Amino acid sequence: MRKLALSDELLLSIEKPARYIGGEVNAVYKDAQKVAVRFAMCFPDVYEIGMSHLGIQILYDMFNQREDVWCERVYSPWVDLDRVMRERHIPLFALESQDPIRDFDFLGITLQYEMCYTNILQILDLSGIPLEASERDWGCPIVIGGGPCAYNPEPIAEFFDLFYIGEGETVYDDLLELYKTCRKEAVSRREFLRRAAQIPGIYAPLFYETTYREDGTIASFTPTEDGIPSVIEKQVQSDMTNAPYPEAPVVPYIKVTQDRVVLEIQRGCIRGCRFCQAGMLYRPTRERSLEVLKQHASRMLENTGHEEISLSSLSSSDYSDLAGIVTYLIDEFQGRNINICLPSLRIDAFSLDVMSKVQDVKKSSLTFAPEAGSQRMRDVINKGLTEEVILEGAAEAFHGGWNKVKLYFMLGLPLEEEADRKDIAHLAEKIAATYYEEVPKDQRQGRCQITVSTSFFVPKPFTPFQWARMYTPGDYLGFAKTVNHEIKAMKNQKSIRYNWHQADETVLEGVFARGDRRIGAVIKEAYRQGALFDAWTEQWNYERWLQAFQTAGVDLDFYTLRERAEDEIFPWDFIHIGVTKNFLWREWQKAHRAEVTPNCRQQCSGCGAARYKSGVCMEQRAAQGGEAE
Amino acid sequence: MKVRVKFSKYGIMKFIGHLDVMRYFQKAMRRAGIDIAFTEGMSPHMIMSFAQPLGVGLTSDGEYMDIEVRTPMSSEEAIRRLNQAGAEGITVTEWKQIPEDKGSKAMTLVAAADYELRFRKGFAPKLDWQSNISHFFAQQSIPVIKKTKKGEREVDIRPFLYEMYVNAGTVYFKLAAGSEANLKPELVMDAYLATQGLEAQPFAYEIHRRELYADIGKDGKRKLVALGALGEDVPCA
Ligand code: SF4
Repeated sequence: MRKLALSDELLLSIEKPARYIGGEVNAVYKDAQKVAVRFAMCFPDVYEIGMSHLGIQILYDMFNQREDVWCERVYSPWVDLDRVMRERHIPLFALESQDPIRDFDFLGITLQYEMCYTNILQILDLSGIPLEASERDWGCPIVIGGGPCAYNPEPIAEFFDLFYIGEGETVYDDLLELYKTCRKEAVSRREFLRRAAQIPGIYAPLFYETTYREDGTIASFTPTEDGIPSVIEKQVQSDMTNAPYPEAPVVPYIKVTQDRVVLEIQRGCIRGCRFCQAGMLYRPTRERSLEVLKQHASRMLENTGHEEISLSSLSSSDYSDLAGIVTYLIDEFQGRNINICLPSLRIDAFSLDVMSKVQDVKKSSLTFAPEAGSQRMRDVINKGLTEEVILEGAAEAFHGGWNKVKLYFMLGLPLEEEADRKDIAHLAEKIAATYYEEVPKDQRQGRCQITVSTSFFVPKPFTPFQWARMYTPGDYLGFAKTVNHEIKAMKNQKSIRYNWHQADETVLEGVFARGDRRIGAVIKEAYRQGALFDAWTEQWNYERWLQAFQTAGVDLDFYTLRERAEDEIFPWDFIHIGVTKNFLWREWQKAHRAEVTPNCRQQCSGCGAARYKSGVCMEQRAAQGGEAE
Repeated sequence: MKVRVKFSKYGIMKFIGHLDVMRYFQKAMRRAGIDIAFTEGMSPHMIMSFAQPLGVGLTSDGEYMDIEVRTPMSSEEAIRRLNQAGAEGITVTEWKQIPEDKGSKAMTLVAAADYELRFRKGFAPKLDWQSNISHFFAQQSIPVIKKTKKGEREVDIRPFLYEMYVNAGTVYFKLAAGSEANLKPELVMDAYLATQGLEAQPFAYEIHRRELYADIGKDGKRKLVALGALGEDVPCA
């Protein structure tokens, strides 16, 4: 039997000990003596969140397919265990072997959201790895980051030896081979990093230097040694159909956020919403074939025993054979009491039909994400959803028996005005009115229930809004108040509920998203003062962060309240994602004119992603009859 | 066909609570390809009920659940499949067909349980704590103070204590279990230690459930049989 890193008494005195014991079905065990490389894969949040992440499952499976690598998992110990580990000097360990992380060859940390940054320091700290990469020797694993936040790695650059820019399926093998060679040749750690920096997509922050202008903006960002590339190219898995996919994902004992089989039907999005980072980062859109999806679905269900399956993608309605996959899942699995969990779909006859097949109409709700209240704003953000389409969809659904609608909006978008905010209330009102007009009294299931949720917009790198300014927490709350007042003034206000988010978290997220290397000091300071699990409301403390900015001598407003000029050098400019800065600037200008850009299937807009020669860029388009630029 | 499944829970599985053990078996049944029956209605769930939840931290060789299968399977085949689809720390040991009637449900039948209790390494009292156990058991009544929501209340636990003896540092208990009366071994042990002027530290006990029993005695006379003994092995077709 495996020996656990924590004693029985300790495990029995903390919340959910199952977070720390490993041993789940499909977890991979190898002989540590017989592998060349030990890789600890980390999601810097609590187990239930980390275990729900598909990307880690993909890499875990892919690494473990290699005989010479043993990949294990590690998550952030929750605050109760964190405290005890510090008190008793218990080193952080991996779930499978229960061995200390410090003894691993690699520590890979996935960066899914900015608010996990202090948790990265927790992971390093508890592992006994120096926080600053510059202080590490071969006694420490190579700390490598990846995932969406790695597209602006600068705020956390000093904590990492390497970043992997792009999709994990592509150059990891090269990196692992290089590592093996370097260890055999007994080269220095620095030399290994230097060679790694020459692998496409690998960024080694150690070999770059930033200089600043007097006004605080970046003057230059350059390699400090010969042979280090000045540009890092995003890596793309061009053939999704044959890309590795975990057919036997690990099955947690405890209930995790995503307790089901997840089928990634496509990567990328054809839409080009101007606020959406994922939509740009994962260009071009690439689909998995229906055949391979069917195969994955049944194997994964067989191997896990999960009772639910869901589809994952940015915009599932755009998958070219959505009907094919959905019908297959219903026909094949519904009879076996497996829940089909539908993604949010464009509301039309097809989606209403499948929704009524897989869910209880009376209990479920329709979801629309207009993102902005007025048509002008929806054009600004290039969200091709019109009021007409929403109202028609809602009417059709109301006739079908639905009476719950969820609406998602953003507030604090660039170019947004008071009237646009009020239009959020007006749109909700129109939907409510549609219900009372369309459904005769005797057929109504009580009132309709419209839930309006707004989140505050955070401009992200590699989007047309990367030049935009943000607002102060007070401003944001004012925006929410406007919406709230307006909703209260509506005739059907009793049918409308309104939720909005905290505003100060938004501001910090904004700093991290577009920050530069100077932010690292603030993160360290806040961590020292106790910041941890910042994404968790109960752990969040804005005052502590403000204090950290002050102590570190960093001006928060510089990162948030400033609209950027066309020629400003961004901290992430050295990363090339295919989509060009030129295209993004053009889109920013079009946003100012409230001009929409067609989606990739309607017409190629020459964003630059065609250089990857894959997916939608290679499709024949009826309108043009040719390839993308 | 109604089936009673017996399993052991040990090793790291002791940290998995009752609800998660249920979830574990729901998924294990699917992986093993057991054709289990579902309830009717809008949200069908597997027909599966456990005899008696086991607390977190305890191990057991005597866990039971009753299920209903649509396609019969031999005991040998079912046990093999479930263990193959299972995780370390849970071993299925019996698969027995049981009568269809409602009164035969494990949950209703449970009347007693066997436990073993040891001190975790380093947690045993320094003084001799074993010598007076038979005395303790020989008492006519054992009053203990029970803390409830409404305050404290004295109860006599002796009627629910069927057996208690010690052998080489392990204390054996046979205790009333189930919905009518349920006595926990740690409560008995605490009461005994108190009579010796001792008190156990938190997490001092290592408790193992050995077996669950039904009472098939008549006229108020207790006759305990293991829950598994009430079913029949399913032979290979
Ligand atoms: S190059 Fe054209 S088709 Fe390809 S992602 Fe960009 S806009 Fe879409």
